[in-house]
Amino acid sequence: MKLEQMKIVIVGHVDHGKSTVIGRLLSDTGSLPEGKLQEVKDRCAKNAKPFEYAFLLDALKDEQSQGITIDSARCFFKTQKRHYIVFDAPGHIEFLKNMVTGAAHAEAALLVIDANEGIQENSKRHGYLLSFLGIKQVSVLVNKMDLVNYDKQVFESIKKEYTEFLNHINVRPDAFVPISAMEGEGIINFSEKMKWYKGKSTLDQLDTFEKEKQVDDKPFRFPVQDIYKFTEEGDDRRIIAGTIESGSISKGDDVVFLPSKKESTIKSVESFNTQTKTSASAPEAIGFTLKEQIYINPGEIMVKKNEAVPHVSSRIKVNIFWMGRAPLIKNKAYKLKIATQRMGVKLVDVLNVIDALELKTVAKKEQVDRYDVAEIILETSKPIAFDLIDQIAGTSRFVLVDNYEIAGGGIVVEGLSDAHTLLEEHVIKREQVWEKGGVGLDEKIVRNKHKPKFIVFCGEEIDQKIQAARLLERRLFENKHQVYYLGLSNVLYGLDSDRISEFEDMDEHIRRLGELARIVTDSGQIFITILSAIDDYDIEKLKILTVPNDFITVLVGENIFNTFVPDLSFDGNNNAQSIANSVYDLLEQKEIIAIEYNI
Amino acid sequence: MDTLGQIEAKSVYILREAYREFKQLAMLWSIGKDSTVLLWLARKAFFGHVPMPLVHIDTSFKIPQMIAYRDNLARQWNLNIIYGQNKEALDNKETFPDGNVDRLTCCKKLKSEALKATISGECSRYRFDHKQDKYVKDENAEDYTGVIVGARADEEGSRSKERYFSPRDKQSDWDIGDQPPELWNQFKTDFAPGTHVRVHPLLDWTELNIWEYIKKENIPIIPLYFDQGDGRRYRSLGCAPCTGTVESTAKNVDDIIEELRGGKFSNIAERSGRSQDKEDGGGLETLRREGYM
Repeated sequence: MKLEQMKIVIVGHVDHGKSTVIGRLLSDTGSLPEGKLQEVKDRCAKNAKPFEYAFLLDALKDEQSQGITIDSARCFFKTQKRHYIVFDAPGHIEFLKNMVTGAAHAEAALLVIDANEGIQENSKRHGYLLSFLGIKQVSVLVNKMDLVNYDKQVFESIKKEYTEFLNHINVRPDAFVPISAMEGEGIINFSEKMKWYKGKSTLDQLDTFEKEKQVDDKPFRFPVQDIYKFTEEGDDRRIIAGTIESGSISKGDDVVFLPSKKESTIKSVESFNTQTKTSASAPEAIGFTLKEQIYINPGEIMVKKNEAVPHVSSRIKVNIFWMGRAPLIKNKAYKLKIATQRMGVKLVDVLNVIDALELKTVAKKEQVDRYDVAEIILETSKPIAFDLIDQIAGTSRFVLVDNYEIAGGGIVVEGLSDAHTLLEEHVIKREQVWEKGGVGLDEKIVRNKHKPKFIVFCGEEIDQKIQAARLLERRLFENKHQVYYLGLSNVLYGLDSDRISEFEDMDEHIRRLGELARIVTDSGQIFITILSAIDDYDIEKLKILTVPNDFITVLVGENIFNTFVPDLSFDGNNNAQSIANSVYDLLEQKEIIAIEYNI
Repeated sequence: MDTLGQIEAKSVYILREAYREFKQLAMLWSIGKDSTVLLWLARKAFFGHVPMPLVHIDTSFKIPQMIAYRDNLARQWNLNIIYGQNKEALDNKETFPDGNVDRLTCCKKLKSEALKATISGECSRYRFDHKQDKYVKDENAEDYTGVIVGARADEEGSRSKERYFSPRDKQSDWDIGDQPPELWNQFKTDFAPGTHVRVHPLLDWTELNIWEYIKKENIPIIPLYFDQGDGRRYRSLGCAPCTGTVESTAKNVDDIIEELRGGKFSNIAERSGRSQDKEDGGGLETLRREGYM
């Protein structure tokens, strides 16, 4: 018979006996490789060391020398009911990120407390993190009962104190089990030494954990992981690939992609080595083809048109747990990874920092330090699609990356309105302090006999776009206008050569270009440049940055925008000269050029 | 969805994540059951295609049937397969079968070092040319910065501590004391230039899961795993001189599953036939820190 599998994590303060509990579970369920127990016992005898069950685990993990658990190692054992993968999480504060790694993969947790030492710092911190990571099933093992003479009073007082703490953080423990892992009491069997205890043994308690039911009543969420087309292998399918987070979908259903808002219809459900499928549901890793071919990016969330849609915003209120060596600070770009989206993000405000031990709010802080749990506001460089933690967890959980490292993990608790972005605040401030030269722009306009203008060529027809931009420059120059064409590589290998990571390339490139346009147009020139691979949000951002001036946008090739309407659009069939001429005509119409500026 | 469905979905997600994040990506194929399941999962993830090269490290001491099986499947599934080897060590006979070094040193030279040089492109690579139906020297010497590997956590101690996405430094060294956190479905996919990454989609699979999946999907597996009539079979495949057979009359996938579920192998370590594991206490962890798979 095929048994189900469940992942559990064992957490608790350092030296409270986690490894001993696992050693016991492995040994007493007969899950050890043959001869392992004897091998470790022999080694102990050889080194004149008393045998401990924790050594067994160390031996399984090749971790003889350290004496403390460093990393979350997986162990495997089985009961009558199911197979278990146990993550042995380290209790040492230094290895908290390893504890979090083990716990984030678990479906249920055992929290170990030393009866003799009582509740310690990491008993509380780990309890708090379990609730944060979304683990709902928790049982508490009160270990080392042999050291307190199996005293019921000791057990009851720990139970009372710890229950109060857990209830505060919304963790409802299923049970408290008094045990002595060292002596094997209460692990597999009911303990003779603790007849006053009427509950289950550790193993029986484990078997009462339930597999989380896949909830099908939630709206459909499909974060797009990638778009495949293996044309060179003779396969013409354009497959949208990903894993369904929640809900289900069928062939023929109307879908919307967020945040782009593009729409299409499911043409087929794609999979390999299965029967032909006409529907799919969570948590399948699957693919779809669409009826209408639309341009979408990995990271968007595909949802059903007639169901509740995720939030779309660039401002989010989140709870975060910070593990980075460097603190989380303002005015620094981080990378946000939420579902399959990746986006540049900045810290806007720290609302609260919560002391995980006392559950008190720490006085107003400006940054989030290592091991802090905080409520903060983040702003992404473009709007993202997400759900709230109490709705759909998979599209609400995120990590923050600082300089290549995952430095924080969090959950979205609220979406905020985009009303006043960091960028707009920046522009307002910039304009307030803008220092004018000795010659006014109006004087320059009179002398140049034209107004300054920022002209952006965008679209996928790259050669045609560059050629048209240059021809426009040539014609304006011949007609004695002050004009400058800025090539893309001049920026990439000059002003942009310090860009620290790929994800914020476009965002930062746009920002620098916008600032440059502000300066060059202030000098009175007509400033022409080109942009590739941009979307609505990039162009809107550029527009904000060029304030108080405006720009002209020229699209060459297939439409890359969803709602933004360029001033001029050309498909691939126009030649470059005719595009340049049309832009020239538009400049005349808009009275940028060819007007008498003599006052 | 049952356990097999769940671990399959997770592995597919990891494979797609690796393909999305790494431009220079390769997958190791040792011909054994695990990496063949991994290859099958790639076909699942990419809808019948395997869009990355498969790298095989040829120690020259592999059980001969393994090479024949490898090339057959390469033809059948139109695989982009590459092999590399430590030619210097082989030419100088610095090997265990030649009697000149111990088992662990031999593993280090013919596997770890060969692998390092093959994925970095420092040594010659040979690519299967489907038109000529033979291996030709590969002119492309690009450095594979992402390498997908079929390691399972239940195999032995050091593997139980692995991450799904595990960084190695320029020397392929593994800093086991300072591994990146992995939260929910978010793995470390951002790396400083020069970092190499091992991707482990099979980390949560057990030996039993592997065989149950082979049965469910009807994956063609090399017959060395089955008793051919002499009452012995291979449980784990490696180099002929260091891989022993085990006593077993399992003649097909069903028999093997039965053996693992409740039968004679339910409590005997899978790698018990592998001699290098027994050489010293932390041998395999030391090898893995230095780049062993």
